[in-house]
Amino acid sequence: MQSSDSLGNLGILVAIAGGALRGSIPYIYVSLGECLTEKSGRINLGMEGILLMGAMTAFAVSDQSGSPWLGLLAAAFVGGLFGLLLAGITELPGVNDVAAGIAMIIFGSGLAFFFGKQFVAPMAPQLPVIDFGQGIANAGVHAALRISPLFVLGIAVAFLMHFAFERTRWGLHLRAVGDAPDAARSMGIAVRRHRVVATTIGAALAGIGGSHLTLYFPGIWSEGISGGQGLMAVALVIFARWSPLRCLAASLLFGGAQALGPSLQSAGISGFYHVFNASPYLLTLVLMVLSCSRTRRLDGIPGSLARRG
Amino acid sequence: MPKPITRRAFGALCGAAPLAAAGTADPLSIGFVYNGPKNDLGYNQAHAEGKQSLKSLPWVRAFDEANVPETVAVEESMRNMVYQDHAKIVFATSYGFLDPFVLRVARECRNTQFFHCGGSYRDGGDPPNVGIYFGFIDEVEYLAGMTAGLMTRTGRMGFIAAKPIPQVLRNINSFMLGARSVNPNVTMRVVFTGDWVLPVREAEASSSLADQGVDVLTGHTGSPRVIVQVAERRGIYATGYQFNQSVLAPHGFLTGAEWAWGVVYRKYAEMVRAGKSVVDGSIPRRMTGTLKDEFCRLSPFGPAVTAEKRDAVAQAKRRLLDGSQAIYRGPLRDNTGKTVVPAGRTIGIEETALDQMNWLVEGIQGDVRS
Amino acid sequence: MTSEQNFEGVAIPVIAIGTALLLFSLFCAGVGASPGGVLASIYTAGFGSWYAWQNSLLRAAPLMLCGLATALPAQAGVITVGNEGAFVVGGLAAAAAGLATTSGPPLLCLAAMFLAGAVVGGAWIMLAAGLQYYRGVNAVISSLLLNYIGIALLLQLVEGPMRDPDSLNFPATFPLPLSHQLGRIPGTRIHYGLVFGVVACLLGWFLLERTVWGMKLKIAGGNARAAKLVGLPLGRIVLTAGFLGGACAGLAGMVEVAAIHGRASQAISAGYGYVGILVAFLSRQSPLRILVVSLILGAVLASGGSLQRTHDLPDATINVFEGLAFLSILASEALAGRLGFLTALFKPVSTEVADAKL
Repeated sequence: MQSSDSLGNLGILVAIAGGALRGSIPYIYVSLGECLTEKSGRINLGMEGILLMGAMTAFAVSDQSGSPWLGLLAAAFVGGLFGLLLAGITELPGVNDVAAGIAMIIFGSGLAFFFGKQFVAPMAPQLPVIDFGQGIANAGVHAALRISPLFVLGIAVAFLMHFAFERTRWGLHLRAVGDAPDAARSMGIAVRRHRVVATTIGAALAGIGGSHLTLYFPGIWSEGISGGQGLMAVALVIFARWSPLRCLAASLLFGGAQALGPSLQSAGISGFYHVFNASPYLLTLVLMVLSCSRTRRLDGIPGSLARRG
Repeated sequence: MPKPITRRAFGALCGAAPLAAAGTADPLSIGFVYNGPKNDLGYNQAHAEGKQSLKSLPWVRAFDEANVPETVAVEESMRNMVYQDHAKIVFATSYGFLDPFVLRVARECRNTQFFHCGGSYRDGGDPPNVGIYFGFIDEVEYLAGMTAGLMTRTGRMGFIAAKPIPQVLRNINSFMLGARSVNPNVTMRVVFTGDWVLPVREAEASSSLADQGVDVLTGHTGSPRVIVQVAERRGIYATGYQFNQSVLAPHGFLTGAEWAWGVVYRKYAEMVRAGKSVVDGSIPRRMTGTLKDEFCRLSPFGPAVTAEKRDAVAQAKRRLLDGSQAIYRGPLRDNTGKTVVPAGRTIGIEETALDQMNWLVEGIQGDVRS
Repeated sequence: MTSEQNFEGVAIPVIAIGTALLLFSLFCAGVGASPGGVLASIYTAGFGSWYAWQNSLLRAAPLMLCGLATALPAQAGVITVGNEGAFVVGGLAAAAAGLATTSGPPLLCLAAMFLAGAVVGGAWIMLAAGLQYYRGVNAVISSLLLNYIGIALLLQLVEGPMRDPDSLNFPATFPLPLSHQLGRIPGTRIHYGLVFGVVACLLGWFLLERTVWGMKLKIAGGNARAAKLVGLPLGRIVLTAGFLGGACAGLAGMVEVAAIHGRASQAISAGYGYVGILVAFLSRQSPLRILVVSLILGAVLASGGSLQRTHDLPDATINVFEGLAFLSILASEALAGRLGFLTALFKPVSTEVADAKL
């Protein structure tokens, strides 16, 4: 009984494309946030905790207030607060940002799980859908073209960030801070302020990424909701070599890779799904190995991150 | 409770003595350990609700620990429940708790009875104060599948499962057999996610299946809540599992197979209070139950299921209960064409022959290899 | 060491822990629990009795080894966070080696497991360290990725080729016979993994502080360029440090298999590796401090359950406490060299140490 609106093997591609559009959104926000943070010379390894905190906050506020947009704002705000806290701690002398990041994962997930217990509401009000596929009869294609407003916003943020890095004074200063803090300081740039601002905005973006998980797709609050995406996005930035536009592309790729396992199985290709599920991680590692070399630094790496290695 | 409780501490000798009796002021202490959070709208919540239902017994004091990993942590949690909270019964609700953790603690704490959800007990080697409880939910899955088979318009269903283990395969097959009993042409696609709690991947699989033209979704994961919710959003039907998920899909929810552990926990509490013990056999080593024993039940029907279809399902339920209808009745072939239940043979759902299930019945697209 | 440093060595942790306790008390009061009661419960569950001590020590054992896994490469200048991956592949390898040698005497079998766990775990982190040194791949990121790959490998193998067909609903390898498992220290319920952990920490300290090799390693970690100028074999040092660190995590995985589960399954990935990263940083990568920090963290982990049972608090409460404690302890590092005003009123204060370290 072949249904009339099934696309056969083409359906796999549609499913992967649809999955990439849906699944890429948390990656887009977290990787852009991380990219911003790393451009300033810091690593924020705590994105996983911030993502969870954003997800829980968005769901809770949307549930209580009835407005998903308020939930989104709250997630950004809470994310920013966590970023400020992390930035504050890592600015203290002698504090390693990797350690502070791990502490942030534990603290953020702990708080999110603690307060999340009260929000098992089955469904908080969700963000609206932008339907680019109106009038298309095929259900799969139509579903793939139902786009989250956060996706559109994410693209805008990526281009804005790209523009900021390349064309604005603030962006140039930020890159100077990340590349050579001492030189930047001697040029009279407020190094510390730039790093704090970048980390805070970066974490706020991750908070928005979290809100996608609870307010759009899958649209629920569960303790397993992030499943390591916050950590993954950190790797993604390296993969994208610290360029916001490449972060966008890499996020789409990772979103697609995430949809690959389920899509292949739902189209009847099965076996080795653990390996398929690990494919984004393998892919990143292989590409990192191929694109780095001892003599040549990664293009675009902020100087203070490179020297650390 | 009389004397044993005063000799509770490390007494390993009184394992065979009656452990407790009714009529004293001391409450009966019962501990629960869960592997995940108590509010997952799924497996753990079904057990936690069972624990909550003990509130109706004023002589019980129940306490629990959630999110306990299957390692030394669960061993220590159970020990604390025995030594610090004087638990007379410990319910270990997750599959990985039994061997070696429950067995190890039970060897030390002979005055406490440990009951583990699922698994098998080895006579001779395993400590005598361990019991196994489990339910056979195949009939309920069959009825849910039947509802799905009656409702599907495209004739294609989707099942999202964690791992291809016998427990899960039984649910997949009984669901499919129920659907095929009313709709012989129906097909079902199975997607394995690889683990029990992967909400994003489950949602992704749900969407993929919907893209493929599937119009009824169900699943067996820690909590198929995500599957039910995605189905609702995609405007297709869903059936639930583990816990009543009807609130999640006000339009598309058909029904579901849910556990009723409260029945089991109250039964055990009553038995232990009456002085019975798994050690002397007055409590059976293995307590299992089916639909008939109310270990599990069908979730309330959703609005989409018409009275006529509800009636058809209710009649099948009656036939299953009186034995005139069976789930695994030969001839049955698997999806590679091999005969798995020969003609003339019917395997009862409580038969051990099903414990090793490693096949998917004809009409299912999927693969049992991981 | 000057008396001032001694004073700081005591004062800073005290201030940090005090701050953490204060913040957590406020949190408890905020959510309607009694702070005094909760803190008392944490203490009782961690250190209140010999019974509680054993609980804490049991949980501390894997943390010691996992802490070393980050600390040893970090001393050589390579930050890795691949502890969980090395832990699971070490456990997996140990299970394979153990199952292959069950026909032999128990000691031989355990030795094979020990070696397999250590070597495979060691290779895992050495890979990340080597990739950084030879290919310039950031080791934080590559080792993070290796965690996911290791866990996927574990799942694929225990559900596929290495699966015991009788492990019906709980995929796992064949079990090791009880006689071939790692036993308990007599008179306690603590397994010998604790001895491994303590010995590894002491050895780590000895290597770093009392041998020429350790000195070279620390020079390499302190200033790679200078180390090269004086002709130190930097690559070999980095690889060895990575191997030794990974071997510790792999060993922790071996203990998890040989002493706790008796076989490998998905359950051996219980997150000790991730906590180990924090142990290393809170200990400032020093093996002796790792001993103490692991014990304290073990006690905190041990108390999580009692908060649920006696105070009816959610399971995440202990994570909130841990998070607050870690953040306070990390922040307190900033006080180093700044407590002078308590002993002497004026003392020059160094600034921007952080940037210099970058």
